[in-house]
Amino acid sequence: MQSQATYNYKVVRQFAVMTVIWGIVGMLVGVIIAAQLVWPELNVHEFLSYGRLRPLHTNAVIFAFGGCALFATSYYAVQRTSHAVLFAPGLAAFTFWGWQLVIVLAALSLPLGFTSGKEYAELEWPIDILITLVWVSYAVVFFGTIVKRTVSHIYVANWFFGGFILTVAVLHLVNSAAVPVFAAGILTPKSYSAYAGVQDAMIQWWYGHNAVGFFLTAGFLGMMYYFVPKQAGRPVYSYRLSVVHFWALIFTYMWAGPHHLHYTALPDWTQSVGMIFSLILLAPSWGGMINGIMTLSGAWHKLRDDPILKFMITSLSFYGMSTFEGPMMSIKTVNALSHYTDWTVGHVHSGALGWVAMISIGSIYYLLPRLFGKPEMHSKKLIEVHFWVATIGVVLYIASMWIAGVMQGLMWRATNVDGTLTYSFVESVKATYPFWTIRLLGGLLFLSGMIIMAWNMFLTMAGGKAVNAPVLAPAAAH
Amino acid sequence: MSDFVSGFWNFYVISIVLLSVIGCGVLLKMQDSAKHVEGETTGHVWDEDLQEFSNPLPSWWRWLYYITIVFALFYLAIYPGLGTYQGQFGWSSAGQYDGEMKKADDQYGPIFKKFQSQDIMAVAANSEAKEMGQRLFLTYCSQCHGSDAKGARGFPNLTDNDWLFGGAPEQIKESIQKGRDAMMPAKGVKPDLNGDQIKDLAGYVRSLSGLAADSIRVQRGKELFGQACSACHGPDGKGMPGVAPNLSDKVWLYSSSEDSIIETITKGRVNRMPAFGEFLGDAKVHLLTAYVYGLGGGAKETPAAAPAEKK
Repeated sequence: MQSQATYNYKVVRQFAVMTVIWGIVGMLVGVIIAAQLVWPELNVHEFLSYGRLRPLHTNAVIFAFGGCALFATSYYAVQRTSHAVLFAPGLAAFTFWGWQLVIVLAALSLPLGFTSGKEYAELEWPIDILITLVWVSYAVVFFGTIVKRTVSHIYVANWFFGGFILTVAVLHLVNSAAVPVFAAGILTPKSYSAYAGVQDAMIQWWYGHNAVGFFLTAGFLGMMYYFVPKQAGRPVYSYRLSVVHFWALIFTYMWAGPHHLHYTALPDWTQSVGMIFSLILLAPSWGGMINGIMTLSGAWHKLRDDPILKFMITSLSFYGMSTFEGPMMSIKTVNALSHYTDWTVGHVHSGALGWVAMISIGSIYYLLPRLFGKPEMHSKKLIEVHFWVATIGVVLYIASMWIAGVMQGLMWRATNVDGTLTYSFVESVKATYPFWTIRLLGGLLFLSGMIIMAWNMFLTMAGGKAVNAPVLAPAAAH
Repeated sequence: MSDFVSGFWNFYVISIVLLSVIGCGVLLKMQDSAKHVEGETTGHVWDEDLQEFSNPLPSWWRWLYYITIVFALFYLAIYPGLGTYQGQFGWSSAGQYDGEMKKADDQYGPIFKKFQSQDIMAVAANSEAKEMGQRLFLTYCSQCHGSDAKGARGFPNLTDNDWLFGGAPEQIKESIQKGRDAMMPAKGVKPDLNGDQIKDLAGYVRSLSGLAADSIRVQRGKELFGQACSACHGPDGKGMPGVAPNLSDKVWLYSSSEDSIIETITKGRVNRMPAFGEFLGDAKVHLLTAYVYGLGGGAKETPAAAPAEKK
């Protein structure tokens, strides 16, 4: 039954290893900026100041850590569920080296002060062009493999990966449209957005929220749909639920951006539309959580002694929690309190650490032994330790930011009997120090978990050797 | 005012929003009624063992979804969302802002008004007014002038008796109300000064307030000062009120170091106190004036030429 050909695991291996490396780098920068908020004197040089490092942190964790995890898992899952070798291996190799070059260029240009000033899209136009080339190649490799598939149906994980790849291409091209600056007749790496004023803000947050919706959600749901049923050894809970929540999710996310611009110059009707679609988004988001968690029904006992499954199920719980929190925060009256506070930072990290990082960590732990010809990771005990360190880290992080955020919101709106503000801004900063310290501790714990993971990964690699599994023939049709 | 350049866009927004909200419900309805067999798989298998159950949608989830859609339609009926339609409540963010401002003015206006007719000296002596003035100061002024009003580099100290634009009540009030713009031109009125000459000038300026400086440079700088600086700062460097700061006292807006003085001469300085009159209204400006006056540096009465010093 088995053919001679083997799956292309090389590019999967490369991306999987770099996921862990960039995870440590990105989270380390996060810990540094968290420490700079507690001890401002740590802003030792302009290149290493908070304002330069903060975009480096977000870019590194989203696009370097998250991006590498998505490349690794999508290349692995699309081959195995298509029962076909990866299309255009040369192009796949280019996506690896091209993406690493993007990351290195980001790590250099952001501290040097080159920025377009657009959140999560700070990289300047020459890097944006490189991203476009890598992304188009990614799409060719991914969809080429789908076309090559030897099974008739396309597995649900690939719907989500495909939706994520297509939409991110559109988001990147539209939001990054910019006019480069010519200085003294010379083309410079500096550029200005093609949009102005409130339109620019709207495009930016249409991009910004869909970066969350597609890069950080749809892609990782693809990951979830492959690795959770695999690790649990159970069928996906409901095919019908997959269909509804897939279409509803990708359609509704497109509308949600304006909730980032409540009570601004954005027209009232646009704000309302953003809010109602954010509320509608609750059910489609929870559809993914239910489908993931319920996949475990009948196999709950596996949670007891399988730390990889613990990572996955915990990530789904955080996904459910933050996708409940998100629609609540999009309600105007809630937003009036939460906006501009650390509550938002807590919300983002319950999604980013709790959901995105934990599902990636679980999936990479699943992948590594299979990529390096080992029955399992070097130490299961260390995965267990990683799980608890990471979970306690996330809980400390988000709990401290909730308290800090609500406190800030209440302090900013408190007034005296004569209508003047009770607190000056700096008093709210001072009151936040204890919570920033707890957050730093939470971040440090999460980073420590990643270092434990790297240690475990290198020992697994040292004891194994790179293998490529043979391509399987599809199961006979029923 | 409409947000749309033509009626078409209004129609477009209304149609696409309604179709999309209802479309979400139609998708659910259609999929909900599709065939499913609880507990059995769909029959598709990928990668050895990946399968899917043909379970129906969870009931509570289905209703959660429908409720959000109904809520969305209800919200669009009462709040703006469908193009230019204002909604049954006629709510707008601008309207809410105006309403809240009016309510606040009605509630708090009289508290501030009662001091408005009083003389600044009297208000400055009133402890209740002082407390209110301090709150205003901490909200609107402390970002630049500091919580203690002692200023910072580029932002004047308000507690000393050294004033750039005068420390009499009406002068302080004018500064708050209308703001102040100040500009020191690069290289004064002699734009062909070279680096060495600027160093000479900096030496002379330092000597004016008794700071250490190279005596040869001071000599050369003194001649240049007459040509480049005295038009504004006066022949003796004592400044002119509202025009240029006194260079012969010990108060420095941008540090007395040689480097800083060289920078000031080479590049000039531009600085601005923003106007707060329109934003705060007369009553609050009156209270703030009294508070700043009462900080200790206020001139007792308007002198013929208010002492304007600072550099």
